Amino acid sequence: MSTAGLEADFAVRRSERFTLRIRLSVLPGRTVALLGPNGAGKSTVVEAIAGLLPVDAGRIELAGVLLDCPERGVFVPPERRRVGVVFQDLLLFPHLAVIENIAFGPRSRGVGRRAALVRARQWIERLDLGGLEHRRPPELSGGQAQRVALARALAADPLLLLLDEPLAALDITMRTRLRRTLAQHLQQFEGPRLLITHDPTEAFLLADEICIIEAGEITQSGTVEDILLRPRTPYAADLAGCNLLAGNASRGEVAVGTHVLHIADTGIEGPVLLTIRPNAVSVHRTPPEGSPRNCWETTLERLEPLGSRVRLLTGPPLPLAVEVTREATDELGLHQGSRVWVAVKATEIGVQPDDAAARNARKREDQPSL
Amino acid sequence: MTERVSRRRRSAARLPVLLWLPAGLGLTLFLLPFAGLLARTPWRDLPVLLTSDIVTDALRLSLIASLSAAGISLLLGVPLAWLLARAEFPGRSLVRGMVTLPLVLPPVVGGAALLFAFGRRGLVGEPLYEATGLLLPFSTWGVVVATTFVAMPFLVITVEGALRNLDRRYEGAAATLGAGRWTVMRRVTLPMIAPSLVAGTVLTWARALGEFGATITFAGNLQGRTQTLPLAVFVALESDRDAAVAISLVMVVVSLLVLIALRDRWWRPL
Amino acid sequence: MLRALVLAAVAAAALACGQPDADAPASRGGDGGAGPALQGKVLISAAASLRDAFSEIALAFEAANAGVDVVLNLASSSLLRAQILEGAPVDVFASADISNMDAVVAAGGVAGEARIFARNALRIAVPKGNPAGVRGLGDFARPELLLGLCAPEVPCGAFARRALARAGVVASVDTYEPDVRALLTRVELGELDAGVTYVTDVIASRGRVEGIEIPEEHNVVAEYPIAVLAGAPNPGAAAAFVAFVLSDAGQAILREHGFAAP
Repeated sequence: MSTAGLEADFAVRRSERFTLRIRLSVLPGRTVALLGPNGAGKSTVVEAIAGLLPVDAGRIELAGVLLDCPERGVFVPPERRRVGVVFQDLLLFPHLAVIENIAFGPRSRGVGRRAALVRARQWIERLDLGGLEHRRPPELSGGQAQRVALARALAADPLLLLLDEPLAALDITMRTRLRRTLAQHLQQFEGPRLLITHDPTEAFLLADEICIIEAGEITQSGTVEDILLRPRTPYAADLAGCNLLAGNASRGEVAVGTHVLHIADTGIEGPVLLTIRPNAVSVHRTPPEGSPRNCWETTLERLEPLGSRVRLLTGPPLPLAVEVTREATDELGLHQGSRVWVAVKATEIGVQPDDAAARNARKREDQPSL
Repeated sequence: MTERVSRRRRSAARLPVLLWLPAGLGLTLFLLPFAGLLARTPWRDLPVLLTSDIVTDALRLSLIASLSAAGISLLLGVPLAWLLARAEFPGRSLVRGMVTLPLVLPPVVGGAALLFAFGRRGLVGEPLYEATGLLLPFSTWGVVVATTFVAMPFLVITVEGALRNLDRRYEGAAATLGAGRWTVMRRVTLPMIAPSLVAGTVLTWARALGEFGATITFAGNLQGRTQTLPLAVFVALESDRDAAVAISLVMVVVSLLVLIALRDRWWRPL
Repeated sequence: MLRALVLAAVAAAALACGQPDADAPASRGGDGGAGPALQGKVLISAAASLRDAFSEIALAFEAANAGVDVVLNLASSSLLRAQILEGAPVDVFASADISNMDAVVAAGGVAGEARIFARNALRIAVPKGNPAGVRGLGDFARPELLLGLCAPEVPCGAFARRALARAGVVASVDTYEPDVRALLTRVELGELDAGVTYVTDVIASRGRVEGIEIPEEHNVVAEYPIAVLAGAPNPGAAAAFVAFVLSDAGQAILREHGFAAP
């Protein structure tokens, strides 16, 4: 069955002890994040799909065309694959100006110099790189370089967009700012998009679907909610370790939807991202003593046992993933539908500046981004 | 306390005095011979000497031979360097050793070896001569061959080093953008090793310009055909000191001009 | 004019002293030496064509004088002259022609007098089998042959030019070698069809090259002068060496190698 997307089901033997076995598919118009710790084999996946490394077994198919299939003796070299890659180190050609970097793809495919430059200019416009045409990569800032790398990949008119840790090299402020740009352009690209990352925030914010890769195997895949609620491995559980909320901060208060949370940082203003660890949330049957400032009544919507701990998902006004011990659930007599009071200390809430558009890109305005 | 700290910090940033002494001695070693040359230069007769046939012929031959050697070294040396850097084949270390050999061998030995290979009674030279009447010794082409033989290793070594140090991921990136192997080489690899290419070529040219032993052993010594500047100096040294000094001066000036023109930028890869 | 006079004077002196006789200098080192035992290193700068003869002479001299170490510096006479004039610490200079010795004498570099110790003539050297069928100097005008001479700055080269001029030949030369041994090597290897070298070189090659005689009326006689140098580090041994060269023993060796009597 061939689709216009990416169908990959292959194995690559990297060394005596490490074999990568991957099965994923990405539909056009969808972003799949391959999320995993360092050493899990993510770069190998990039190399295999890009054609820089042949697979040992299985197949890779893109837009109905077989790219790599050892059994059938098919191997399409990278220059004919139409896979646009944004590399972790960007790898912008240092001896070419920005506009020539971007025009490189079209020119390599036979487009005349002038036409290629015109195409490059279009992408420079679209990615807001005006004025930088004739700069050399070493002269660019981190954010500019990342956009050039993206433009370069897109200008080559690829059938699949492959992003390898696109924001890893940037500092945190740059990262938040660029996440918006990246999200926008990912949405605009009509083909399938595969995002490789070790940063859960990135994955959760940019992807429609997440595949968790650990030690060369995909251990779980599904929507963000699936991962967070039903993590199947310790790593996934770790990832799910943070609730992620978006809101607007003003003088120590953050409005998240209709609810207001109190945070420790009174100086920050404007759109923010809040992180709350599930085990930082306490659950009570009655309003807690000392009335902590962040405290509200809610209903338990779901309970998931997770070994010696239990994961709870609370309902409105502020859905949260909460983790408590099994004893606690027994003691409190918790079950689906129970009315509980939850409390979070202001100091336990992590705050970082965010951009409103990033929230829009997630198409989930009423729910917290989880 | 702060006084002492700042002074120490400043002197650490400067070169330790102890380094200046040997460095200065080394510099003197290079400068003294030139000073000697300048002291012996017959300044009044210089214009006449420099325009004499012997000098102009030798200069012309030297430039032709050295530039040809540099050109041929580029044409043949870059592919060879590529092979050594990128291709895996049995005996690669041996090949690399052989390519480096002319650097180590005394040039006269090189010249003799060339004679045994390409001379009139040489391994290849004899059948070539019988068949076509073509002969390398005693011809300008012989000079080109001799100088290329001793100078090309410089280019091969430099370029091979540059290719090895090149981050090959750039070539991978170019491939994903649709560039075939030839395009990658032309638009990514070669431009990225350009500084080494230039530096290697200049080194090669400089070595070819100064070549003596292999040239005189293989190609012989005849004004206008095989007598390059170094040979002219050698012969003049015994009979006409002034001419010898004048020719030496020409060599020094020509070489200095080129090497200075290179400037810091191009020396870095070496 | 002055030069010719000096040349004549030296030549006359050389001829006069040319006969090896009892008028030998104080240390009769030629047959064992009666003076104090000779010691140390003695550096002999000798023309390239004297290689084989002087090697043997050096061995004989060392055998007769146990404490002496003879060091031979062989090169073209003009190069040796240049070295001496630049101050090289040489004990004895044996040149292949008179003009180079004259230059050293004129610069005051010689202690005492220079004496002629041998004579040499030119001979054409051809590769074994004489593949080009060379018969005389006349063949040197043939452009299709590969012909070599010594560089004109070198005695062998200067003499060759003179001989060719006497024979009325305009030579088509392909290379001017820096010294006679280099020329000989090329002929031996067959890289040249013919070259003008010394008689002694042809003999020294022991059959590796063949010789073609040059008729007397064209040939040039080279006179080899030898002298102790003024700045000799080891004047005692230097004088003894010169005496040995001029002695019967030394002369016999020279004769063996094809040199004519002075």
